[in-house]
Amino acid sequence: MDAHATTFGVPSRKMAMWVFIASECMFFGSLIATYLSYEGKSLVGPTPREILNIPLTSVSTFVLLMSSLAMVLALEAVQTGNRRGARMWLGAVVVLGGLFLAGQVYEFREFYHEGLTLQQNLFGATFFVLTGFHGAHVTVGVIWMVTLLVMSLRGQLGPERSLDVEVAGLYWHFVDVVWIVIFTVVYLIQ
Amino acid sequence: MSAHATAAHPPLYAGGLRSWLTTVDHKRIGVLYGVSALFYFVVGGVEALIIRLQLASPTADVVGADTFNQLFTMHGTTMVFLVLMPLSAALFNYMIPLMIGARDVAFPRLNAFSFWTFFFGSVLLNLSFFVGDPPDAGWFGYANLTSKQYNPGMGIDFWLLSVQIMGIASIASAVNFTVTILNMRAPGMSLMRVPLFVWMALVVQVLMLLAFPPITVAFIFLMFDRFFGTHFYIPSAGGTPILWQHLFWIFGHPEVYILILPSFGVVSEVLPTFARKPLFGAPFMIFSGILIGFLGFGVWSHHMFTTGLGAVADTAFSLATMLIAIPTGVKIFNWIATLWGGHIRFRTPLYFAVGMVGLFIIGGLSGIMHASPPVDIQQHDSYFVVAHLHYVFFGGTVFGLFAGIYYWWPKVTGRMIGEGLGKLHFWLMVVGMNLTFFPMHFLGLDGMPRRIYTYATDLGWERWNMIATVGAFLIAVSVLVFFVNAARSLASKTQAPADPWDAATLEWTVSSPPPEYNFAVVPTVNSARPFWLHKYGPTRDISTRTKAQGTPAQPDNPPTRIDLPSPSSWPILAALGLALLGGGALVGLWMVLFGAAVLVFCVYRWAFQPLERTGHPTFGPAPSGGSS
Amino acid sequence: MLVSIRLQTAEAVSRERSTLSKTLLAALLLPIAGCAAVESPDWRTLRPVSDFGVLVLDVYGDLFWWTAGIFVVVELLLIYALVRYRSRSGDSEVPDQVHGFTALEIGWTLLPAAILFFIAIPTVRTIFLLQGAPPDRDPLEITVIGHQWWWEFRYPELGIVTANELHVPVGRTASLTLTSADVIHSFWVPQIGGKRDLNPGSENRLWFTPTEPGVYHGQCAELCGTSHANMRMRLFVDDSASFAQWSAAMRATAAPDSAGVMTFLISGCAACHTIAGTPAQGKVGPDLTSVGSRTTLASSMIPNTPEMMAAWLRSPDSVKPGALMPDLNLDEQRIADLVEFLEGLR
Repeated sequence: MDAHATTFGVPSRKMAMWVFIASECMFFGSLIATYLSYEGKSLVGPTPREILNIPLTSVSTFVLLMSSLAMVLALEAVQTGNRRGARMWLGAVVVLGGLFLAGQVYEFREFYHEGLTLQQNLFGATFFVLTGFHGAHVTVGVIWMVTLLVMSLRGQLGPERSLDVEVAGLYWHFVDVVWIVIFTVVYLIQ
Repeated sequence: MSAHATAAHPPLYAGGLRSWLTTVDHKRIGVLYGVSALFYFVVGGVEALIIRLQLASPTADVVGADTFNQLFTMHGTTMVFLVLMPLSAALFNYMIPLMIGARDVAFPRLNAFSFWTFFFGSVLLNLSFFVGDPPDAGWFGYANLTSKQYNPGMGIDFWLLSVQIMGIASIASAVNFTVTILNMRAPGMSLMRVPLFVWMALVVQVLMLLAFPPITVAFIFLMFDRFFGTHFYIPSAGGTPILWQHLFWIFGHPEVYILILPSFGVVSEVLPTFARKPLFGAPFMIFSGILIGFLGFGVWSHHMFTTGLGAVADTAFSLATMLIAIPTGVKIFNWIATLWGGHIRFRTPLYFAVGMVGLFIIGGLSGIMHASPPVDIQQHDSYFVVAHLHYVFFGGTVFGLFAGIYYWWPKVTGRMIGEGLGKLHFWLMVVGMNLTFFPMHFLGLDGMPRRIYTYATDLGWERWNMIATVGAFLIAVSVLVFFVNAARSLASKTQAPADPWDAATLEWTVSSPPPEYNFAVVPTVNSARPFWLHKYGPTRDISTRTKAQGTPAQPDNPPTRIDLPSPSSWPILAALGLALLGGGALVGLWMVLFGAAVLVFCVYRWAFQPLERTGHPTFGPAPSGGSS
Repeated sequence: MLVSIRLQTAEAVSRERSTLSKTLLAALLLPIAGCAAVESPDWRTLRPVSDFGVLVLDVYGDLFWWTAGIFVVVELLLIYALVRYRSRSGDSEVPDQVHGFTALEIGWTLLPAAILFFIAIPTVRTIFLLQGAPPDRDPLEITVIGHQWWWEFRYPELGIVTANELHVPVGRTASLTLTSADVIHSFWVPQIGGKRDLNPGSENRLWFTPTEPGVYHGQCAELCGTSHANMRMRLFVDDSASFAQWSAAMRATAAPDSAGVMTFLISGCAACHTIAGTPAQGKVGPDLTSVGSRTTLASSMIPNTPEMMAAWLRSPDSVKPGALMPDLNLDEQRIADLVEFLEGLR
């Protein structure tokens, strides 16, 4: 009911996304807290130090950061009615998001072959559940972006629908920020 | 105070089953929540009665040990997630838009989705009875008793999946109502003019938003432990079952306020109405409610004083818990001050509201005892705590919600409800509840632990247990009286007036029941008590500090055209998809994938379906002519 | 401040006050009980028999009087307001529209805060006393291990392992180390004092100095599965002489009769149970070395008589639902032999 006047003058959908993000903070906060509280409590290896590939993950972190930049440009393009720009930048978000996911799939496979599974130890369980749920969020985001891209290709994403992109962008940036925290906590500070 | 004798609009509740399944009207969704919650109130009540029969005498054999464990697990889970939360949601849904002068909630279809997700989740939970394996590890499901090793059956899976599904419903609903309350208020309704009930609802939504994610994470870990063989709670692999306790109570304590604050809100509406005075110290009441919610996140470990967290942690959580007594005390004093100097009219809603205050005090005071670890380690997991929590949830929440039900009954149904039977209901319930729960204090002090299906004859516990059982059946009789009263009211033909209690807030400016569009004209609000000022003339109002104009009763017909959202099948189907996805984990991967496919498909159809489609309900003068 | 607290022994803490508050408490609660009960309940948590229980009761006494006082005042105010300001019939007058009175409200915000201060002081002091070092320099160390659904008690310094019946000498501090073999349990003897959980994978501590000889009821206070209700124990507070006698008897077990041992072994009992000095060294179930000397069986559910022991061996699950001891389908002769053998283990 965005058409109706709202008390704060903020579109309700945008406010809803902010409210939802607050909730998501608690979700990832609980996962990260658990990861930290179980850090070093595994009875058997592999340990983070043995297995985490920081260079590779730094690249995929950079990829995800760039996708946020593309998201900003996509929103601007939609708002200004720049259809070509919208398609290009939405496409870039999809590709970069997809690349990040591909990196995660590669990483998970590598870890699996090196003996780190969900069941292997507490590190495996907390690591895969934390990064896996983040990956699931990225996946939802990529599907959302593909949807917007298809809408744009069909000419359904004019400036009047820029709120759709803005809300999706909020979600995307949030997922990105969460990754920065995870990258810092899991990979950098061991 | 005009009675809308001739309705200018089609009856609110007309239409067949399909219209209920596809409704996006917050009022109908409110009714759906209410009816479901009252149904489960009976289910949870019957479970309680069987529990009480088993405990009435030592070494009784009404049910076996396993069945007893299943019964108290289901009783707790049912009363928390299937009764008290949805009953509050029923009042939120129906009343909040009416009280803030909105035509609907911010996201009507999301609202329908929340209800149906809750509903399918509740069905999934109770399906465990039909496969003969209900959960049996308590509503709090402490790890590692819930692990595959110590609980190989499906009961725990039913429990963890259904509560997770209902958690999604709660978060969706919390997003919706947070935005509704913040963003959908009528012109002029500043935050300090928002009715207390709506304020408490807002605090509850924020608590749900922030408290449900930790329990979801706790459930995800449990799910991974049970389905995929991880060791989050398994000590032999380095995990600790105490992690569950932390995550559960980070949710669990705010949950206590999720359950009690709606009742605080109702009482803060009912007492002023029947004392014919404004709520005493409304700003204090608002801020104390916010403070209770805020502090509620910092006290979870007071449920874990016997866990062995150490003296420093115990001290910190003890002091934080004691602080909560301060805003709670403020509320009680302000309620009494609201009555003070009033002209109190003793109608049924007031009985229940006063009952709530009087009984909640007992639960609150025993709560102060539990804030002190040395005292708590004696009372923890004893019947003393059972007494405490029932004074809070039954004396506090149930009485408060019944006050709300009686108060808003005419508004929702368009019928008055019997005063005689209402008061009989009240007195039976007060006597029954005190007979049931007060002796439990004595049992706890005498060393009777909770969750035991039997006890030896030589312990001297049988007398108080027998009295508690008699009380429980008295409560059952009182609930029966309520249902008789409700049925008689619904069968009667007398139209309830729009404003039967001479009340102050916006919901009384519309007919009973309200028209589908709520407000023919979007009201303008200049006061915390807009309708009162209209009726009794402008007086100095605390929220304005000037003489404010009131808001008049609504006209019978909308002067301009009103468009309402179309009914939609996609929310209920998406909810079904979600339930199949979750419940599918008990059947097989194919069903999970099928549920996911249904969910994704329905979400897309929903997202691309316009809110108002051709043939959507319209009211008032329209160029094309005719309504709906 | 901490030092000064430590200097006081736990026993000596406000004994006078405790007696007074206990008496008053009993004076208030017992008549309430008397209204409905002919025989008064035991009020176990209000009749502590240890320094630990006395410390707990002291705080409870403080809180009880504060909360009872608040309860009476607030409920009276509520009732007074209802009666005094009830609407008379035909009254259509509108009362004064009072919106609030800030000074008053600040007052009743500060008042509870002040009361809480008085509650917090004994609370915090007692927390540190209870979780501090035991008052006795040389406490009797006992390890308590929770099992579904029975209690294992180990006395490392005495070399005693027993089950479900805990013996401690009066006047000497017992220091318990608590842990669990399976799920979470909670140790609770109401007349001794509060609970402490038995967590698998970690250890908790609890100390108390029993002050009165006797036999006290205890049971598990944390839901631990099917027979949680049946996970009971008996705490024997013995005078020094009988404790010495008991521990000597526990250590000096006579070599068991070898025919009986053979029956025990071929019946399969040894897979789970230990009998010291025999090949039976199972660790899953309770140690049966001196089972004949216990007063009860099956975690204190049934008296230890030959008939009850036979019933237990015949079908453990019908005595204690969910019991992990299997039904070995023993014939009556075998049961009789086993009962005779086990009852002889003292």
